[in-house]
Amino acid sequence: MMSATDLKQATLEYALRLGDDSVVLGHRISEWVSNGPFLEEDIALGNVALDYIGRARMFYGYAAELAGDGRTEDDFAYMRDAREYKNLLINELPKGDFAYTQVRQLLVDAFNTGFLAELVKSKDATLAAIAAKASKETRYHLRRSREWVLRLGDGTEESHQRAQTAVDALWGYTFEMFELDELEQQLVDAGIAVDTTRLKAQWEVEIKAILSEATLEIPAGDWAVRGGRVGYHTENLGHLLTDMQSVYRAYPGCQW
Amino acid sequence: MSMDPEKNFMRKIEAEEKIEPKDWMPDAYRKNLIRQIQQHAHSEVIGMQPEGNWITRAPSLRRKAVLLSKVQDEAGHGLYLYSSAETLGISRAEMIEALQTGAAKYASIFNYPTQTWGDIGAIGWLVDGAAIVNQVSLQRTSYGPYARGMIRICKEESFHQRQGYELMIALAHGSAEQKKMAQDSLNRFYWPALMMFGPHDSESAHSAKSMEWKIKRETNDDLRQKFIDQTVPQIEYLGLEHPDKELKWNEERGHYDHGDLDWDEFYNVINGNGHCNRQRIEHHVKAHEEGAWVRDAITAYNEKKSAKKSRHAA
Ligand SMILES: [Fe+2]
Ligand SMILES: [Fe+2]
Ligand SMILES: [Fe+2]
Repeated sequence: MMSATDLKQATLEYALRLGDDSVVLGHRISEWVSNGPFLEEDIALGNVALDYIGRARMFYGYAAELAGDGRTEDDFAYMRDAREYKNLLINELPKGDFAYTQVRQLLVDAFNTGFLAELVKSKDATLAAIAAKASKETRYHLRRSREWVLRLGDGTEESHQRAQTAVDALWGYTFEMFELDELEQQLVDAGIAVDTTRLKAQWEVEIKAILSEATLEIPAGDWAVRGGRVGYHTENLGHLLTDMQSVYRAYPGCQW
Repeated sequence: MSMDPEKNFMRKIEAEEKIEPKDWMPDAYRKNLIRQIQQHAHSEVIGMQPEGNWITRAPSLRRKAVLLSKVQDEAGHGLYLYSSAETLGISRAEMIEALQTGAAKYASIFNYPTQTWGDIGAIGWLVDGAAIVNQVSLQRTSYGPYARGMIRICKEESFHQRQGYELMIALAHGSAEQKKMAQDSLNRFYWPALMMFGPHDSESAHSAKSMEWKIKRETNDDLRQKFIDQTVPQIEYLGLEHPDKELKWNEERGHYDHGDLDWDEFYNVINGNGHCNRQRIEHHVKAHEEGAWVRDAITAYNEKKSAKKSRHAA
């Protein structure tokens, strides 16, 4: 059993991880604004990005509340370095082409659908409430990304090829979504965190069904890259944070 | 007994009745409207770029969300206006083509670069602010779909304007460096914002006919004056220096007298010498071309789907 203080500290850390996932992916999706294939899609992707930024604010806001030391949501977003960020790696990969973005969304949205449905049951009331709100958004996100992957996979030869390339490139980043480190295991035992190891089977069934309907194949190789939850990142995150944090850090201590 | 369509059209205009898509209208009226609505739509869309330039760097998560949703609103305005123009018999594809070849214009204000975070405040406050003054007047424009569009769009634009001004307050009332940033943005965007109302009435190519047909309801100079007047107390509240050193209250006119606008600079930018003219169009072309395979995929997918359906039905 963890002491109450340890549990609080672990929950804070957990909230930060989930906030990191959200802000980093939200950042990537926001890069599509004014770059989408047509105006309606600029708006739709903007919506998804907004949902993620909103989610990041809720998780960081809760972390700030738990910390109780005057730090704010923005301190967590803007004042931590890449090594302190604990997002899953799949979220930080560059936006790529439109197929890459939609395939990533599918993989993540399907994961989040299962994840949030569990987090809703967390013994931590705040996390449960955030999950309830996010869960609604994610169901809509999944409808969208599923529809897009079907269209791209079963569209033209080019779109099929691009979608398959994206699946191949992203697959190796999906493994760590379903793994727990000690901190999360402890929180799972305390009824606070989601046991993601138990989400994998259902996720695979769902993804395989969608990919097969989209005439896409699951890659045969078994490479897997891990490290997001311990702050061992790809080279992409440093650039993302440099961009995101530049103004905030250039004028320390300012209100915006 | 049917009335001469041209007379009927002018009767409606004079009676302040709206012209609707199926009504008869003079060719030149239609062309004039297509030009204006299309230019307005393109402005909304191209305007996404200078502001989008700061989404990833917004210095707080709240500001990031506000900016993201503003830029999204602008995309929505673009869509809405493209549909309005389509009621006049031009397609969106034709309009996009016209934008990309330079046959259609967009507001020259977006040829100015957004160099600092302060520019996001200045654009919301001044550029959306100027747009509102113009668009409130266009709520009474004679073409029904355009007038109704303006009513809807104005609500969101005033929201943008307030948010932009609020951002400026945070800067102007913040640290010395932030205040300097605010002043610099104000200095750079004030004059171009005034030019958004177009040339002096005497030099405006489309003004006279547009006024007669009630497409335009107030002259460029009158609208500009309104904007100048409303901006003075806003600059005062911010505690910033007014960029116009000749600004003076004129008791007799009940308006502020103002310094001359540098029209040479205005035409210089319109004619291609702005910092971003080529960049804006290249950006638009690039996104459009890179999206071609996506649009093709949708078409192909839908065709396959409907082929399947008709096989099942057969
Ligand atoms: Fe707008
Ligand atoms: Fe506008
Ligand atoms: Fe606006």
